Formats: sequence, structure tokens, C-alpha cells
Amino acid sequence: MNALEIRKQFPILEQEINGHPLVYLDSAASSQKPVSVIEAIKRYYEHDHANVHRGVHTLGARATDAYEGAREKVARFLNARSPQEIIFTRGTTTAINLVAMGYARTHLKEGDEIVITPMEHHSNLIPWQQAAKATGATLKYIPLQPDGTIALADVEKQITANTKLVAITHVSNVLGTINPIKDIARIAHKHGALLLVDGAQSTPHMKIDVQELDCDFFALSGHKMCGPTGIGVLYGKREWLEAMEPVEFGGEMIDHVDLYESTWKELPWKFEGGTPIIAGAVGLGAAIDFLQEIGLDQIEQHEKKLTQYALERLGEIEGIRIYGPTEERGGLVTFNLGDLHPHDVATVLDAEGVAIRAGHHCCQPLMRWLNVTATARASFYLYNTEEDIDRLAEALIKTKEYFGHALG
Amino acid sequence: MRLDDLYRRVIMDHYKNPRNMGEIEGGAVTVHLNNPSCGDKIQLQLKVEDGKIQAARFKGEGCSISLASASMMTDAIKGKDLDESLRMAEQFSLMMQGEDVEFEYEDLEALSGVNKFPARIKCATLAWNALKKGVVESKYRK
Ligand SMILES: Cc1ncc(COP(=O)(O)O)c(C=O)c1O
Repeated sequence: MNALEIRKQFPILEQEINGHPLVYLDSAASSQKPVSVIEAIKRYYEHDHANVHRGVHTLGARATDAYEGAREKVARFLNARSPQEIIFTRGTTTAINLVAMGYARTHLKEGDEIVITPMEHHSNLIPWQQAAKATGATLKYIPLQPDGTIALADVEKQITANTKLVAITHVSNVLGTINPIKDIARIAHKHGALLLVDGAQSTPHMKIDVQELDCDFFALSGHKMCGPTGIGVLYGKREWLEAMEPVEFGGEMIDHVDLYESTWKELPWKFEGGTPIIAGAVGLGAAIDFLQEIGLDQIEQHEKKLTQYALERLGEIEGIRIYGPTEERGGLVTFNLGDLHPHDVATVLDAEGVAIRAGHHCCQPLMRWLNVTATARASFYLYNTEEDIDRLAEALIKTKEYFGHALG
Repeated sequence: MRLDDLYRRVIMDHYKNPRNMGEIEGGAVTVHLNNPSCGDKIQLQLKVEDGKIQAARFKGEGCSISLASASMMTDAIKGKDLDESLRMAEQFSLMMQGEDVEFEYEDLEALSGVNKFPARIKCATLAWNALKKGVVESKYRK
């Protein structure tokens, strides 16, 4: 895999920011888009657009084919048993909320347990808080080890016969921790609980096989995997999706409507009320083609090398604190530089053309666990190179010098 | 974009040696405010007598800009009556929008450079938003 060649396919990366060539290290928040994705969306609007599942006319049929074709692509990409198990959503957040509203709130009761971890993104935490409050179920946490991983012994301890749902991130967007999903699925299923996996940070970077993971639900966002914003996916095993109630009612999702009663379409459409994000699905399909052509295994290897290099380079900087496990981690490095606030670090880096994230990363409970209010984070993708990491390291050294001087 | 426009010496001085940091014992109105986009937070206390701010103190976690801004604000509003302090908050907002504004407490003008760093405006206004909340509570308390 040649990252320099791949980079050329991302027009946005060919610009200067504040007089320096852009180094984009915020792909965990949102990735950039290759020409093929931008073109696919443009082509769709220039040639094939109409509403789906409605028109008898040719464009209506083309749009429907494009939309359902994208669903089939996603199904193959995740190795789902059928496209009926693929529901298009606005993103990971909406996908998780759909399960919280359509499943947890209708199936859970007092005495039941929902088990999550303190490393969850707010979007895999608050929906369960709210569902627990609404149903009287108990929310429980699998504790973290000092290095930010979870121990299977704790998973065994927290998941009990009363546990109905386990929700956990595949890869942490702060620590980079990769969680042992297959083992967690086995333990959850032993107790009759369902497992939802937040795949927002794994799907862009590694091969996903939902049957092999044996999770019951899997959520992802298109915009983190070279696709457009506004499109995401909820995968669910058919039997659970069948048991779920729709959450949004209206056009597109109905079978028969009477004055006082209505019935729903079959899967997956019963969950897709209203005109869907058709161009978004087309863009996501193009992103999948793009990633598969390069190969998810190649991408994973590339990022592993970059992360190792980043850990080495940044580790040399005096006063830096790096969070998360040192091995077996996703392609990002979260850190703090001395006593400097990450906002100040990110502003100086931006002046050097280096884009990183600073803040709580939508993980306030995890920040509290780390005993910080905020952190800085550099995250990598297939278009990043070792040179980008050199620029990051140099900019961090400049940051130290700048504040050393300003505060000295 | 010049970093020195943002991190002026006066700001760094307030960051290093914040004025009025800590708590007021008894008789003060206390407000808390978060910056939900980054997790920074401030606790502001106002001691008000006869409609005048006798003392203001703050505690908080934040970046150089938000702490320096809180340090300056608590100094600037001391001795002002509540409505006057609200007018200063308005003036400060205008400065964040790029308008030329003069303050009796001149250090505040050093923060005018924040205007060129849109992502940092929220850092500078956190303390002032806490003040607005504190003034409302002080008035309500009477
Ligand atoms: C681990 C994780 N879960 C969920 C989300 C939410 O994704 P979205 O904002 O696309 O719904 C994110 C993205 O920030 C994430 O990193």
C-alpha cells in the first residue's frame, strides 16, 4: 500500500493551512473523502436522482436500484446474512438510539441489567442511561484496567442472568483500546443477553465480519470511513430486528394504513420512515468500494506501523503523557503535553498546519477516569505518512518552546 | 494567523498569576458553568452589597485563554454595580465579534486577538457568561 499515492486521491489534503502544507490528523472525528466518493455522489445527482420505492418512472427505478444496491454492498462488506439486516441511519448515534428506543425500552423492565463500560462515547452511554431510567433497569459498568483495557474476568463478573443487553465499543476513540468482542459475545450469550457493538472506530480501519464477531447489533458511521456525513448503518440479527418496534412513523415504512390502525413493511424498511439519505447511501457504497480495493488488511497494517512510529516519536518528547494501552491498539494517540491545556496545544499546532482534536472527545466519564478535563488526540488513516508524524512531533516541540518562552 | 496576536504577554501573565482565584467565605452567590464542547468549567462567586459587586472570585479548569479571561473579568467588575457589569459583558461580546472596544480595565483589550481564532471565542466568553448567570441570581436573591 502506497499512502503517498492514496493521498493524491483526496483533493482536500492538497492545501496549505496557515502557510504550511496541511497535515490532517483528525480522521477519528471524521475522515476525508476520495475523488471516487465525491464523483459517485455527483454522478447520482446528475443522472439518477428521484425518490425511491415510489416512482414508476425510469429515474425512480434507478434511484431505488442505487439505494438498495448500496445496502447489498454494506451487507457483503460486513458479511451480514442478508441485506434485510442492514438498516440505513444517520450515523452511529442514530443506530444506537434506534436499538435503545425500539428494543431496550420495549423489552426491558425493573431488575434487568444493561452492561456497558466507562470508555464509551456519549452516544453509546446516554441512550442506555435514558433507557434504564425509562424502564427501571439497572445500568452497570465493566471497570477498566489501569492501561485502559478490560479484563474478561470483570466481564464475567458484571454480566449476570439478569443482564439483557451489553453495549461496548469495538475500538475506543480515546484510548485506542481494541475490545475482545468475540469473547464478550460468548459471555453475553451464555447469559441470554444481547450484544451491541459500537463500530464507529473499527469499521474504517479493519475487516469486520459480524457473523464471526457474533454480535447481535453493530453500528457504524459512513463519514469516518471515507463516506459522506448523514449516513450510517445499524446491522442487527434478523430475529431481533423482527422483534423490534419502529421508532419513526410515516411514509416509506408502512404496509397498510387505516384511519385508526396501520401495519409496517417488512425488514429493513419498517425502520426507514420518510425519504432516506439516498445520495448518502450511494456515497457510502463508493467508499466501501474504495476501501476494499485497497484492502482493509493493508489499511490496518499501515496504521499499525504509523501508530508504532507515533508512539516512538512522541514518546521522545519530554513531559508528554500518552494514554491507553501500549500494544494492540487502534490508529490514534491521545496525550497531554506537560501542564498545557490541549486547546492551547491544538491552536499552536494549527498555526503549523497540523490538525488534531482537543477536548473531551465525547467521553466525559472516561476523562474523569483519566483524571483530566481534556486531552489532545492525533488519529491516523490510510492517507497519513510517517512524515505527517514527524511534522506532528516537530510542532509539539515548537509548542513547548513557544509556551516555555511565553510563560517563562 | 499570528500566535502572538492570541497569546499576548498580558494574557500569559494572567494565566501564570491568576487574580481572584479561590473561594469567598460566606454570603456570596455561587454559579457554575461548563463549556460543553470541551469540558472546561468555571465556578464564579460574587459578593454583592447594595447592588454593587464587592468581590468576585473564581475556580476552574481551562486553557490559558479561559483562565486569563476569568482572571481579568473578576478584577474588572470589582466595585461595579450589577447593571454596569452586564454592560461590560455586552462590550466584551462586541469585542469578540471584532469591534473596537475600550475598557477602563485595559488588560481586557488584550483579548481582542481571540476574535481571529473563532474556535477559541467560547474559551474567552465562558467567564462572562458565568457573570451574566451570577448577576441574574444576585438580583433574584434580593
Ligand atoms: C466510538 C464512537 N462511537 C460513536 C460515535 C458517534 O458517531 P456519529 O457522531 O457519527 O453518530 C463516534 C464518533 O465520534 C465514536 O468515535
